Amino acid sequence: MADITITERQAGDVTILDLDGKVTIGEGSVALRNTIRRLLGEGKNKILLNLGGVGYIDSSGIGELVSSFTAVKKEGGVLKLLSLTQKIQDLLAITKLLTVFDTFDDEGSALSSYN
Amino acid sequence: MREIELASRIESVEEAAMIADEFAKSCGFGDEIGFAVDLAVRESIANAVKHGNKFDESKKVNMTLADKPEGFEITVRDYGSGFSVDDIPDPTNPENLLKTNGRGILFMRSFMDEVEWESPTDGGLRVKMLKKR
Repeated sequence: MADITITERQAGDVTILDLDGKVTIGEGSVALRNTIRRLLGEGKNKILLNLGGVGYIDSSGIGELVSSFTAVKKEGGVLKLLSLTQKIQDLLAITKLLTVFDTFDDEGSALSSYN
Repeated sequence: MREIELASRIESVEEAAMIADEFAKSCGFGDEIGFAVDLAVRESIANAVKHGNKFDESKKVNMTLADKPEGFEITVRDYGSGFSVDDIPDPTNPENLLKTNGRGILFMRSFMDEVEWESPTDGGLRVKMLKKR
């Protein structure tokens, strides 16, 4: 059983992925990678990752966020992050990745930023 | 003190984290230390399995957990060919920010108060970490 569930919904041309669980080495990271690849294959390159339900992320999970960001950017798209817990925010700060990702606390602001 | 032998599989990361969490709680350590221990165990076991033993199931990973007067001590040992920590690029260097790996050691150093690596005479790598009370 995967450590993570990923629920997909659409808000205009932005695909929101609601992540729930752990994004860690193994199944969690692979599930995210496969979902991003599928979306890009479908031509969906405006992606918002809702991390509000992510209780834990390790360095592999952080690496998968970076990989996803790069893959989406390569396809001319944008990947942003929503609802980071304090712990995830701390991890992104330690890794200096807050300088890379656009992050938002509310979905409305996040969606507006894609326009 | 607890000594655990783990298989060189990804599943060992979760197994080790659960054991460490349970042991830390039984020793009376709180949530903040528990989070640091959990992270350090996950990263060090993942490194031992993936980079140390290279998923070779003929090699085990040994983890020792100890409640010391100065704090919670974790030791992880693999039986691979070893590596120099100094060879790991700084993941916070702007030229490395978009690399997908290389952050595990940074996490270990950020959340544990002491982290030391040594190369045992019979091969592999041992990392010892301490989270102070």
